[in-house]
Amino acid sequence: MRVTVQYFARLRDLAGCGTWTCDLPDRATVGDAWRAGVERFPATAALGDSLSCAVNADFSRMDAPIHDGDEVAFLPPVSGGAWTEP
Amino acid sequence: MLPQAGTHQHDEAQYTDSMAVPLFVVTPARLALEPLVAQVEITGRLDGEGCGAVCTFIGVVRRSHAGRTVRYLEYEAHATLAVRTFERIAHEAVERWPQATLAIHHRVGRLAVGETSVLVAAAAAHRDEAFRVCRYGIERVKQIAPVWKREVCEDGAHWIEGPVADPANDDLRRQALVRACA
Repeated sequence: MRVTVQYFARLRDLAGCGTWTCDLPDRATVGDAWRAGVERFPATAALGDSLSCAVNADFSRMDAPIHDGDEVAFLPPVSGGAWTEP
Repeated sequence: MLPQAGTHQHDEAQYTDSMAVPLFVVTPARLALEPLVAQVEITGRLDGEGCGAVCTFIGVVRRSHAGRTVRYLEYEAHATLAVRTFERIAHEAVERWPQATLAIHHRVGRLAVGETSVLVAAAAAHRDEAFRVCRYGIERVKQIAPVWKREVCEDGAHWIEGPVADPANDDLRRQALVRACA
C-alpha cells in the first residue's frame, strides 16, 4: 500500500519536509508508517515518545490499521498554554 | 444546540465576507469578534429558553514569554483536524451544558504582539453557564487542538510544546471541567 505521511510543527523541522509518500506492506499500522519515517528521517526519532497521530484527519492510535491512499499525520505535543494555580 | 459544520478558510475576504459565520474556523485572516458573537447569539436563541448571555475569550500574542522578548509568533495547525477538534469540544460542552452554544475561531500564520490568535464565544440562557462554557472551550482548545506555536524572539526561535494531545484522556477533560466550574 501507499500512504501519504504528514509531519507538523517541530516534527516537520526535524524531518526537513512536511509530507512524503510511503510504501508499506499490506496490513500495516500507523506505527509502521512512523517507523518507516524514522528510518528515512532519523532526526524524527527524538519525538517518538510524545506523539499523537491522525488518519484522514481523525485522531488515531499507533496500533490502528491503515489502508492504501490514507493520509497519516504525526502531531507533536500541542502548545498547551500556561496554567498558574490560583 | 449541536454545532454546525465548520470550515477552514484561507483568505481574508472569504473569512470576513461569509454571510453566516461558521462556528468553527481555522484561518490566516484577522479574527473578527462581532460576527462570531452575533452568530452564537442567533444559534443559541433558537434553543430552550433562548440566549440571555454571550461570554467571549480573546487570546492575544503576549510581548514576553519565560523572560524572553517575543518578536512575533507563528501558528501552525492541522486545519481539518483542528476544525473537527473544535466541533468535538463543542459536543463535549453540549453534553455537560445542553442549552449552550460554543464557537471557536483560531488564526494561523505569522502574528504580531497584540494580535488575536484565538476567539471563543459561548452563548447560554444565563451568564453563569456562558462563563463556564467559554472557559471550558478555551481550556480544551489548549489541551487537544492540533495547533502549534513557534515563538520568534530576539535570541532565536522555538516551538512551544505542552503535553501530548490525547482527546480521549478523561483526566484532562475533567481538569478542564474543574477549571470551568471553579
